[in-house]
Amino acid sequence: MTEDGLFVAWRAMLVRDLTLAMRRRADVLTSLFFFIIVVSLFPLGVSPEMAVLRGIAPGVIWVAALLATMLSLGRMFSDDHQDGSLEQMLLLPQPLSLLVLGKVLAHWLVSGLPLVLLSPLLGMQLGLGADAIGLLMLTLLLGTPVLSLIGAIGAGLTLGVRGGGVLVSLLVLPLYIPVLIFGTGAVDASLGGMDYEGHLSLLGAFLVMALLTTPLATAAALRISVE
Amino acid sequence: MSDFFSMGGHGFYIWASYGMTALFMIVEVLVVVLSNRAVRQRLTRMVRAEARTSHRQKD
Amino acid sequence: MGFKNSIAWYYFSSPKNFYALAGKLIPWFWVLAIGLIGVGLYMSFFVAPTDYKQGESYRIIFIHVPAAWMSMFIYLVMAAYAIIGLAWKVRMADMMASALAPTGAMFTFLALWTGAFWGKPTWGTYWVWDARLTSELILLFLYIGFISLQSAIDDPRRAAKASGLLAIVGVINLPIIYFSVKWWNTLHQGASVSPTMAPKMASIMLTTMLIMAIGFWMYTIAVVLMRARRIVLERERQTGWVRELLLGEGK
Repeated sequence: MTEDGLFVAWRAMLVRDLTLAMRRRADVLTSLFFFIIVVSLFPLGVSPEMAVLRGIAPGVIWVAALLATMLSLGRMFSDDHQDGSLEQMLLLPQPLSLLVLGKVLAHWLVSGLPLVLLSPLLGMQLGLGADAIGLLMLTLLLGTPVLSLIGAIGAGLTLGVRGGGVLVSLLVLPLYIPVLIFGTGAVDASLGGMDYEGHLSLLGAFLVMALLTTPLATAAALRISVE
Repeated sequence: MSDFFSMGGHGFYIWASYGMTALFMIVEVLVVVLSNRAVRQRLTRMVRAEARTSHRQKD
Repeated sequence: MGFKNSIAWYYFSSPKNFYALAGKLIPWFWVLAIGLIGVGLYMSFFVAPTDYKQGESYRIIFIHVPAAWMSMFIYLVMAAYAIIGLAWKVRMADMMASALAPTGAMFTFLALWTGAFWGKPTWGTYWVWDARLTSELILLFLYIGFISLQSAIDDPRRAAKASGLLAIVGVINLPIIYFSVKWWNTLHQGASVSPTMAPKMASIMLTTMLIMAIGFWMYTIAVVLMRARRIVLERERQTGWVRELLLGEGK
């Protein structure tokens, strides 16, 4: 098989999933509004004091992003599983992990990237300054793809399992902890006037590692679930 | 004797730790023994029932 | 020697032979477990001297540290069995992985519980967001994920494979999680706690901890083998040898 063939298959998967997502805009918007609502609850629940909110802002936005990603994980494979197209994908000559990568990228473009783009608004609501907001966006940009990549393993494992939606959060949230720590850590460090480049490098390293390893695990999970 | 149980004022913490550990380890063994027995009985009933029906079919 | 060993492994990877061997071994592991834990308990209360700084409450570490060791060790063994089960399609390895999980989760919970009760008299609170305690808590979450995934899937073969893959993903992530939490902890200048002891006492304390740990280990083997025997019966119930075994029983 030529490299072109692989790329074509990958791109076809990406375009297909994006088209499907665009047909179901309501699903995408639901998890976005979920993200906004969760963040807006914190001033009501904790305190409207800007000084307090600024301290917890990176953590709140990051945790809301984890939860919002979690909500949309169920959609990643379930429709394809129900209509049988997933089984067809397993039979394709192209490596399944490559197709998975296309699906995950589509998932991130639809449910991760909007979170990154919305975060400045929420950052302002919580009293973050311009520098901190820029950094927050950068950490989300590096971190949310990792969330989609790791989440895909959980989505693959719980495919067609009863109560899969709650189960997937149980499986995946503990694995999200390093991303959460370094994502919020970078913003916290810059707010405290400390160096944050180490955090960003580590987030980048997580992204590279996740890109290289998780598609293989997801492909294995899909084979286990579908066979 | 009561000196031993009071553990220099820290008896509560020590006995709560050792007690919970003992409780969990004993309960785990009991759960495993009881569920092993239940599974064996259930499977034995199933296998006997199957053996009986196949016997009858032969006659 | 390697050849003979590999024959033995092959032999006992058959559920039938495993069932028979485990049945013979279990009593011996119980004897070892009860003996070692008994000696360990005696040493931790009557041989180990009172700590000059912490008083009597430090005696909790004789169960806390072994429980914490076991919680991590069992996860590693579980993941190793999961790898063997997935890579070489050894069913017995899958069954061992599922038999290990509940005991591992129990030791993780006990490590947290005893840590809390050791922490209260030592640093004044039941819980601190210390790197070790936090990692232990996350380890408990990983065990719970493994057990819930396994019980959520009805088909036992798929359940074993899926949870096996999850265990492998977990074990790869475990060091990353641990170092992240450690870094996070130093960054926030949070409490970092470790059992401190006077150098003279260290050797007797270490011996006691080791005896307890080996005792817990023997206990784990005994309980896990018992649980694995049940799993073997359930999964192999369609095979001839299980039928014969069960039919021969009540006569």
